[in-house]
Amino acid sequence: MSTTRFVQLLDLSAGLVLVTSFAALWLRRLVTVTWVIAVQGIALAAVAMVLGVHEHETELMLIALMVGALRGVVLPGLILRAVRAGDEHREVESLINVPAALLAASGLTLVAYATTRDVVALSSTPQVRALPLGIAVMLIGMLLIVTRRKAVLQIMGVLMLDNGIALVMFLGTSGVPLAVELGIASDVLLAMFILQVLTTRIRTKFGSTDLDQLRELRD
Amino acid sequence: MSPTGVVVAVVQVILTVAVAPLLVGMMRLIRARLEGRVGAPLRQPWRDLRKLLGKERMVSANTSIVFSLAPLVLLASATLVAGMVPFLSTTSALDQVGDLFAVVYLLLLGTVFLSLAGLDAGTAFGGMGASREMTIAAIAEPTLLVAIFALSVSTGSSNLGTIVADTLAHPARAASPASMLAFSALAVVTIAETGRIPVDNPSTHLELTMIHEAMILEYSGPDLALVELAAHLRLVVFLGLLANLFFPWGIATTAQPLHLVAAAGAVAVKLVVLAAVIAVVEVFIAKVRLFRVPELLAASFVLAFLAVTVSFFLA
Repeated sequence: MSTTRFVQLLDLSAGLVLVTSFAALWLRRLVTVTWVIAVQGIALAAVAMVLGVHEHETELMLIALMVGALRGVVLPGLILRAVRAGDEHREVESLINVPAALLAASGLTLVAYATTRDVVALSSTPQVRALPLGIAVMLIGMLLIVTRRKAVLQIMGVLMLDNGIALVMFLGTSGVPLAVELGIASDVLLAMFILQVLTTRIRTKFGSTDLDQLRELRD
Repeated sequence: MSPTGVVVAVVQVILTVAVAPLLVGMMRLIRARLEGRVGAPLRQPWRDLRKLLGKERMVSANTSIVFSLAPLVLLASATLVAGMVPFLSTTSALDQVGDLFAVVYLLLLGTVFLSLAGLDAGTAFGGMGASREMTIAAIAEPTLLVAIFALSVSTGSSNLGTIVADTLAHPARAASPASMLAFSALAVVTIAETGRIPVDNPSTHLELTMIHEAMILEYSGPDLALVELAAHLRLVVFLGLLANLFFPWGIATTAQPLHLVAAAGAVAVKLVVLAAVIAVVEVFIAKVRLFRVPELLAASFVLAFLAVTVSFFLA
């Protein structure tokens, strides 16, 4: 793979990870947002794959396949089941409106670029220059968690936050040992299971997963 | 300012004015055929313009000079932009005096005057149309500016001709993430600014959600002809910008007659393809609710913003 082709593919897949996080803020139907999160997982796997092919590391390519399967298929599938199980509104309910959320997200992107300027100045490889994208995805994931009312969407926010962390990890370290990646993956999977069980419990107990209604603690 | 540049600018204006109504006629014809109607012939918009120009000029007694001035300003600004934007050649004389800021603000000048004219007559419909147009323009104009700016960052110049020539010299740049983001942002702005579905419906009158038609409701006769011609011109200008900024192949970098003819053919093909795509897509989608339009435009603004960020930091 030539260097320019590598840079282009890396920028394209890392850019796609960021664009999908904006799309997740923009779209209204829960099912569509879940699909977008799946695309984000695939794009993240593509970043790892491009890095792996460029550096001729079989282990990184293996990790890429695993990331694609977990974040592109398994986790969105789990979320999709939770969305389908919820009988209430299938539309996103947000504390701030869509244009405000999008503008806030572009502000967060700027913050990500501004805060990582010194890191980027240290070395000017294409990987490091794309690093702010990962930070931006993390921040947008947090925005999603803070502004959405549904528990399902907050799970998606957690997943997006984790996708951002993974992107920073791939770009910053060119991949960690397989053992570490396996540990992270099983952690995320476990967290998803716990959140899923929690959501189901909330729903059976209160009839909806609107977290704003959970204000008081009772025995 | 070289004499050949002046010739290029004049040829560009003449060709654009001649072609614009035909392109609109083609879009209407495609739409009619897909809906199972026979449709009006290709040159129907020209016939309409000629009919309107032959009519008596009627102006409401309640209007001020702004109302009479608006069609002239609208048409003049659209014509000037048609000469400035690199359609046939990157060597147009007007292109050297005006850059992307001049183009964007000349287009905005026309929009502002049309909105003022909508308010001027004091009718409810005109005011509604003007207020809606301003809501859209307030987000669409910065998006247009920022989207083209994303391209000018990698070129290092805000001159449209230089941007196009530079893209021609580096074809790989047309496929970069920044340019793809900017293209999608500019496509949404084009649809919003030219009043096509899903933002506005160009084929209906007296609908509660209309924007452009509400503003020009008070116009008749020759004034209406000027406004319509300017609207057609704006469509061609936006489509031409979209086509030549992102797919500049075929454009002449000199002012030789043979190159200009080839460039005219190339830009005609690009315009026809783009217009046909818009017309076909319009048949299959519905207009979005007016209150959702700012969401669509905010998304396009964010795309343009990302394009600038990406081209600034990644390039």
